[in-house]
Amino acid sequence: MRARVFVTLKPSVFDPQGRTIADALHSLGYDGVADVRQGKYFELDLATSEAAHAKALAAEVADRLLANPVIESYRIEVD
Amino acid sequence: MKFGVVVFPGSNCDEDAYHAAKDVFGQDAEYLWHKDTDLKGADVVILPGGFAHGDYLRTGAMARFSPIMSAVRSFAERGGPVLGICNGFQILLEAGLLPGAMLRNKGLKYRCEHVYLRVEQTDTPFTAAARAGQVLRIPIGHGEGNYFAPPETVEKLEANRQVVLRYTDPRGQIDDEWNPNGSVGAIASICNERRNVVGMMPHPERACEPILGGVDGRLIFESIVSAMAVK
Repeated sequence: MRARVFVTLKPSVFDPQGRTIADALHSLGYDGVADVRQGKYFELDLATSEAAHAKALAAEVADRLLANPVIESYRIEVD
Repeated sequence: MKFGVVVFPGSNCDEDAYHAAKDVFGQDAEYLWHKDTDLKGADVVILPGGFAHGDYLRTGAMARFSPIMSAVRSFAERGGPVLGICNGFQILLEAGLLPGAMLRNKGLKYRCEHVYLRVEQTDTPFTAAARAGQVLRIPIGHGEGNYFAPPETVEKLEANRQVVLRYTDPRGQIDDEWNPNGSVGAIASICNERRNVVGMMPHPERACEPILGGVDGRLIFESIVSAMAVK
């Protein structure tokens, strides 16, 4: 199975990169872009065929390494 | 006394720290390669600045997997003094030896300049030679030194007097304009509850000789040298 892990700064944490990108988009004329949050994306190839197991494994590695729980949260998709 | 300076692949202030300990302060010093598993009799451990393991994933995130870090953790748990400078501070945070995390600097720029720091705590092995409220001028050089911790953690740090240095103006007053990276509470340095592990973003090893533009960093080294001499 493949797991996709999306890591982003928690909503309560200021994201200066996202803010700068939003400002750049505004200068390009995209006033409809209210805000941008930048994050990281990981694809994990997992040696399991069970979706529940894949999701649990992805969550475990996200907790232990991919995300820093002090500042980041994550979302997982498996297929 | 003997300084152990840890060298990770990507460390680039290891020689500066070694030079300060050995040549400026006349102490014994030895490099500790990140794959080493013992501290070779070091009395104090320095995690130097740089870009350990290329700062892959997050600054400091990969260094905790280096074999030497198990020895550093045991040393810290036994009360041994550990100083993390810049990237070394980031490593201590990622390794869970200090609370909190680093974010990109608020202005996004890599800041390389002298800053003013107010000494908040003098009962750590690295600030014992300073006066409370003393203002130091020491350089920084980092892109991710925006210290962050959840409000409850910051409250605990303040209650336990774990904020060791704060960014201030030259008179020691906290002012957003003199906070180079947006750190919460203008925090430049913290210690653990036991006070033997200290992380700081400024580089004291770059401020130990007049030719470098300032000598206020000497206080950090003099503190630890005196503290160990008493023992």
